Amino acid sequence: MNLTLKIWRQKNANDKGKMVDYKVNDISPDMSFLEMLDVLNEQLINKDEEPVAFDHDCREGICGMCSLYINGEAHGPDRGITTCQLHMRMFKDGDTIYIEPFRAKAFPVVKDLIVDRSSFDRIQHAGGFISVNTSGNTIDANAIPVNKHDADKAFEAATCIGCGACVATCKNSSAMLFVGAKVSQFALLPQGQIEATDRVLNMVKQMDEEGFGNCTNTGACEVECPKGISLENIARMNTEYLKASLKG
Amino acid sequence: MSGILNSSIGRKFAMALSALFLMFFILQHFAINILSVISPDAFNEASHFMGTFWAVQYLLQPVLIIGVIFHFVMGFVLEIKNNKARQVSYAKNNGGANSSWMSRNMIWSGGFILVFLVIHFLDFWIPEINTKYIQGDMSGLLADGEGYRYFEELQHKFVPIWRVALYCIGFVFLSLHLLHGFNSAFQSIGANNKYTKGLKGFSKIYAIGIPLGFIFIALFHHFNH
Amino acid sequence: MALDSKIPKGPIADKWTNYKNHINLVNPANKRNIDVIVVGTGLAGGSAAATLAELGYNVKAFCFQDSPRRAHSIAAQGGINAAKNYQGDGDSTYRLFYDTVKGGDYRSREANVYRLAEVSANIIDQCVAQGVPFAREYGGLLDNRSFGGVLVSRTFYAAGQTGQQLLLGAYSAMNRQIGRGKIKMYNRHEMLDVVKVDGKARGIITRNLITGEIERHSAHAVVLGTGGYGNVFFLSTNAMGSNVTAAWKAHKRGAYFANPCYTQIHPTCIPVSGDHQSKLTLMSESLRNDGRIWVPKKMEDVEAIRAGKLRPRDLAEEDRDYYLERRYPAFGNLVPRDVASRAAKERCDAGFGVNATGEAVFLDFASAIQRYGKEQAHVKGLNENDAALVKKLGQEVVKNKYGNLFQMYEKIVDQDPYNTPMMIYPAVHYTMGGIWVDYNLMTTVPGLYCIGEANFSDHGANRLGASALMQGLADGYFVLPYTIGDYLSDDIRTGPISTDSKEFEEAEKEVKEKLNFFVTNEGKHSVDYFHKKLGKIMWNKVGMSRNVQGLTEAISEIKALREQFWKEVKVPGTNEEYNEELAKAGRVADFLELGELFAKDALNREESCGGHFREDSVELDGEQKGEALRNDKDFAYVAAWEYKGEPSDAVLHKEQLEFKDIELKQRSYK
Repeated sequence: MNLTLKIWRQKNANDKGKMVDYKVNDISPDMSFLEMLDVLNEQLINKDEEPVAFDHDCREGICGMCSLYINGEAHGPDRGITTCQLHMRMFKDGDTIYIEPFRAKAFPVVKDLIVDRSSFDRIQHAGGFISVNTSGNTIDANAIPVNKHDADKAFEAATCIGCGACVATCKNSSAMLFVGAKVSQFALLPQGQIEATDRVLNMVKQMDEEGFGNCTNTGACEVECPKGISLENIARMNTEYLKASLKG
Repeated sequence: MSGILNSSIGRKFAMALSALFLMFFILQHFAINILSVISPDAFNEASHFMGTFWAVQYLLQPVLIIGVIFHFVMGFVLEIKNNKARQVSYAKNNGGANSSWMSRNMIWSGGFILVFLVIHFLDFWIPEINTKYIQGDMSGLLADGEGYRYFEELQHKFVPIWRVALYCIGFVFLSLHLLHGFNSAFQSIGANNKYTKGLKGFSKIYAIGIPLGFIFIALFHHFNH
Repeated sequence: MALDSKIPKGPIADKWTNYKNHINLVNPANKRNIDVIVVGTGLAGGSAAATLAELGYNVKAFCFQDSPRRAHSIAAQGGINAAKNYQGDGDSTYRLFYDTVKGGDYRSREANVYRLAEVSANIIDQCVAQGVPFAREYGGLLDNRSFGGVLVSRTFYAAGQTGQQLLLGAYSAMNRQIGRGKIKMYNRHEMLDVVKVDGKARGIITRNLITGEIERHSAHAVVLGTGGYGNVFFLSTNAMGSNVTAAWKAHKRGAYFANPCYTQIHPTCIPVSGDHQSKLTLMSESLRNDGRIWVPKKMEDVEAIRAGKLRPRDLAEEDRDYYLERRYPAFGNLVPRDVASRAAKERCDAGFGVNATGEAVFLDFASAIQRYGKEQAHVKGLNENDAALVKKLGQEVVKNKYGNLFQMYEKIVDQDPYNTPMMIYPAVHYTMGGIWVDYNLMTTVPGLYCIGEANFSDHGANRLGASALMQGLADGYFVLPYTIGDYLSDDIRTGPISTDSKEFEEAEKEVKEKLNFFVTNEGKHSVDYFHKKLGKIMWNKVGMSRNVQGLTEAISEIKALREQFWKEVKVPGTNEEYNEELAKAGRVADFLELGELFAKDALNREESCGGHFREDSVELDGEQKGEALRNDKDFAYVAAWEYKGEPSDAVLHKEQLEFKDIELKQRSYK
């Protein structure tokens, strides 16, 4: 199929940037979206033009590196997948496709479609861990049984890949699904209880300082999340936060 | 605890609490209003009680006013802050694919409700305050002294079609606002559990039923005066 | 230089304990004055960085991704082995040790493997304490699954995302230290050289991938946890950015490269769909527990299926060739990875491949769905003869077990694996070879350590499923922190290492010259053009099945391709900006050298062992006819190559492998 691409081009963080039109031809429906961009880039290199910069690494939907806003949706029109798992059979011959970076003040553009998501890392530095030494001299793994239901819920929250689709898709650029998932993972496990108060207060404080917006419960994040992280995690974070505020 | 209102979650929680309070108020308001359709006398009695009972007038009324103002001011503040969290907007954004129109446009439905409220205050509340506290007439009686004035005044207000139309539109927006807001308030205070599904159903009934009821009352009085 | 593996003396079960009792330690106050560089933040690098920082060293950690959490360890699906014996099924440290050595086809170092088995149980304790949400049973205790043809259930897992959960655990341990200021994290930085001062590794040169800035970083020791080199094949299950550059630069600075030809080709990957393909996706080994692998018996059926005239599920049972069950009745579909891969290739080479490219076999869940469906119907007291009901119930069971994999398959291939068999084909997955290290995990360059997939030591010629995660974390959490202390105890008086020395200056100059060459070269082909060509040579001639002629050709073809690359490669843009093509050019340049050494090593090893299959070394008759034939007399050694300029000039050093605790045997799965 033949497609028209409208792609955000921006030389670097200080450049203003603009949408630029490209054409690609003979795209196979079996290609992944990123392979289609590979074709475009090969074409650009051969024409001595600069290829489009985009983030990608594992190309199997788990590393969370790829981050494109395609036709007005984070990771494009398909559900439960990342951009690298989006296939061209979702599009029709002759389509015009808008490709933009994930946009948020807390995710400044680095170049073209690449954004800086280190704000997510900083939130994790603030409390996304259990303070246990890595000496191996802990108690036996089976010493504390964990209710299977809670363990499964903690796992579901922990499957977040930190791609930032929740922020990109949220009309308020809120990071609450991301933070809620991490807070929930630990809140649901006995190991996480000891530092629960400080964790949620510190992580939320850092989240606010990074310039993310506020959650208004539109639920868009849950729909666009490639891992289907549930809104329940935001509710749990809210409870944890209020509990912690009253305590501390 | 200090500075909780400076945190994103604290603000969210405050929005939810004020919303829950306002929703309870609306329910109460509706309960009295619907009496006007069933029995003008009962409506008059209830109105007089609400208008003269000290706890309602000096305790609940100020709380309500503060609640309303807080909900609006905080709503606008959050909207401005949230808009700042994305400085370059998308060339193409397909919000409809992942969220409801209502959830994305709370500021517009809320804004229209504010306009409506201003008119509503001018229509009812300011004349009431004027009668009761400026002119000092706490009797609640008609000028000729023949029974209570509340029902008469209500009917009178709904004679002009423009006002009825405005009310109808106002309540449509209230319905849109509540369709998202009701559930959202529960999510914000951290209630997302096995009851959530049931609550969603109830919230739809509330969000459509109550405004529809208000519209019915307005139309009823317009056509039956 | 003679290779000294520095294996401690004494009985195998006591070696590690004795070793720990006798090494030199660094006192906490002195640790504050010692810097360590860790390159790579996967399971090995991430856990090492966190632990070293926690011990008190000043750690600088580097990764080329935008966050340590994105290292490719994250993609590991199945699980992590540990000799916990929670199931009471007879597991023990010795048994895990034995299985790993045997699974590696007797080409790994006994002492290292024993230590790995010994610390494995600690890994699980550690991860649970960190909040890693492993799968649990209803009683609240940890669940185990069985994996890769061993006789016990020792694999701990978190659905199909075990690697992700373990990496996030290591990442959280890192975050704690980053928050404390003990780790300084350098994201989007690529290591481009190791700097040696007075014969010791004392720093690295990096390029900031955003700004293009070339930076010097010094330390008292350098640790590489930079993963495997499967991308030398262009197509593999590795991430797009996975590369050999850090390891190769270390090799060029004097670290020997061991057994480069040991590559694991994983049997169950989604087949290549066309020339546009950029990477391959793995379908977990666990699928072989329930899926049956087959191709049609008759050529006409193969053609009808390829042409779309015959649906695979309509082909009669007697016309199907369940070739693994036929050839290996004892293990059936659960033979080890290398055996399953070769068998698939054998059928496809014979013309029975079931897709348009002729390179795919079926992995069929129909009989599992039937079996589970009947079972469920029986349990629920429903009609076991109602075909539609049985199918529905069976599909539900399969969905619970493998739902995410099936969904992934459907998104990529656009076929519903519940109703039609999956198509799979082997793909490059893991490299057992890597930088040679001694018992201390130190390379032949003093002060330069290598951990995780990047080193060679623990998996021999074939890695067992769920052992990669175990090794990465064992190295990083529990082994390196001890062994590196022994070395660093000599450095407590050294003081900070200056980056102004002539060694740093020269290394930086070399790096800059190479980068400048790329951006100014007036070439005509993109980097990918060369990478794809290299991948084709590697896959066709140094792939699953190797012979003298093919390997000899590969060596000269790769050499020619390398020469062409240096003349004709075209890199757009400049050095002073984010430039992915430039980063790729450097990586492919190194792959073009490694590829040749890889083929040379494969040519040298005139035996079949594990993932390395030589057509000229097979059993000629008897029950094992046609199966791989090891040559323990001549090849029970580690081939460690010393860099001497061109790969063809590399010098072979042999580390003889001694098997004192395990008897060498032919692996049989018949």
